[in-house]
Amino acid sequence: MKFRAKMIDVGCLNHFTRVVNTISKLTKTCILRLTPNNLYFVLSGKVASGGVGMWCELSQANFFDEYQLEGVAPDANEICLEVTPENLSRALRTSQNAKCVKIKLTKKHCPCLTLVAELPTLSSVSRVVTHDIPVDVIPRRLWHDFKEPRMPDFDVSIYLPPLKTMKNVVDRMKNLSNFLVMEANLNGEMNLKIETDLVSVTTHFKDLGNPPWGDDGSQGRSQSRDPEVMAHTRVDIRKLQQFLMGQQVNPSKAMCNIVHKRIIHLILLHEDVSLQYFIPAVA
Amino acid sequence: MPLSTQSQTEGDNYVLVASLDNVRNLSNILKAITFKDHAIFNATPNGLKVTVEDSKCLQANAFIQAEIFQEFTIKEDSVGFQVNLTVLLDCPTIFGGSTVPGVATALRMCYNGYGYPLTLFLEEGGVVTVCKVNTQEPEEPIDFEFCSTNVTNKVILQSESLKEAFSELDMTSEVLQITMSPSQPYFRLSTFGNSGNAHYDYPKDSDMMELFQCTKTQTRYKMSLLKPSTKALALSCKVSVRTDSRGFLSLQYLVRNDDGQICFVEYYCCPDEEVEEE
Repeated sequence: MKFRAKMIDVGCLNHFTRVVNTISKLTKTCILRLTPNNLYFVLSGKVASGGVGMWCELSQANFFDEYQLEGVAPDANEICLEVTPENLSRALRTSQNAKCVKIKLTKKHCPCLTLVAELPTLSSVSRVVTHDIPVDVIPRRLWHDFKEPRMPDFDVSIYLPPLKTMKNVVDRMKNLSNFLVMEANLNGEMNLKIETDLVSVTTHFKDLGNPPWGDDGSQGRSQSRDPEVMAHTRVDIRKLQQFLMGQQVNPSKAMCNIVHKRIIHLILLHEDVSLQYFIPAVA
Repeated sequence: MPLSTQSQTEGDNYVLVASLDNVRNLSNILKAITFKDHAIFNATPNGLKVTVEDSKCLQANAFIQAEIFQEFTIKEDSVGFQVNLTVLLDCPTIFGGSTVPGVATALRMCYNGYGYPLTLFLEEGGVVTVCKVNTQEPEEPIDFEFCSTNVTNKVILQSESLKEAFSELDMTSEVLQITMSPSQPYFRLSTFGNSGNAHYDYPKDSDMMELFQCTKTQTRYKMSLLKPSTKALALSCKVSVRTDSRGFLSLQYLVRNDDGQICFVEYYCCPDEEVEEE
């Protein structure tokens, strides 16, 4: 197994850092899949992580100037690691002004992702900062848990309102209740609702628009649907709040698929990064 | 206004409808009296009065006249209910409560009468949030029987001068002592805490003093009861401090809202019984 990659563009470095910061706000640990074309930050949606699933895909060519990967086997040319994104985030934070950042897989007292940053100084000699971030190598027999999630057979797909507005509203609702209902219809309307013994609060968003998924077979269910009827799912409000807290940059597209009473599937698309987040329903 | 097009299952059965272009003109003043969860609302054609009480010794009232509201319609002589004020005040800031000039959250507050929740329609940037807060049977506010004929001391000050004192009050002191006298020290606030005694003196000829009519008294009040009044003081530009022959304290605050309109907040407090009046 071998992995070496190099970033020299400061814009790419900043962008990569922002992505890792976002991931670090969403989860304490996750899987990092390295393939010849892409990097993936993955949470598999098991009970241990509270049931949320995450799939963040970065195209390596958009970030790295050099990228060399030798996977575990010729027919499985990829590497799968368990990482703590906060450690990577911290290392990247000290490297923001670097002339060059190299990331490689190494073996110190345990397997590590080693980050080497060349920082500029007043003299001609660079200062080098090295971070060794411990990782766990995930054996091939467990890889099936970390495959790309299938697009769920959703009832309604809708574009999200401005994330900042959503975040403000969800932050306040969290003071009042632990659970939130998200509902939406094919008329571009979405409601966020909480209800307790003392109070009920509903925020109405209109004219959001519904993404045109086209004639894809799996979306057939939504084609014949009455546009006024709402699909809704009740979720743990903290999970939605956590997702909204992590977003540092406005995405070029933000949408949400709702499977009635089952799952909320959030999709954020940036130029070279896509983030999907799955929040399961609670009873 | 977008809120007026909101269709309602309750239809036109409201006994009270009050609208504001800027919800802060109501929420800011209510925050000044939020030291207990429950508040008694009483609406009359003159406007809205909100009362919060603590252990029968302290009462705070906020008055928002009908003229402050862009719309104030009431179908009865008096409409009263009780709500959880803490929960109610989480609603006006539902869109984040930012203070960007030009961006305000609009409010339409509706009440159908006994047994119905208090409904708040809040709108900002085209997004509408509907909050329904459960109401209870209103308790009767205590009548502190504070009337002008029994007033023995009256002082009107610019709030600026008291703000510093109140924000620095020694909280290890169980009482706040108010001394009023026609001679030195005129008007004095005193605390007796772990680190020692502290006195704040306000001379009667100070620029900050607008009115000074005192006989000689010295009364103590429980610090825990008076500390919440700091919030009202912080909002106000003027305050009147009066005590009566029983040693009861009345603090009246003149508050200007975001639009420069005037509202009032008053606090009534019983004296601390362990000390006898001079």
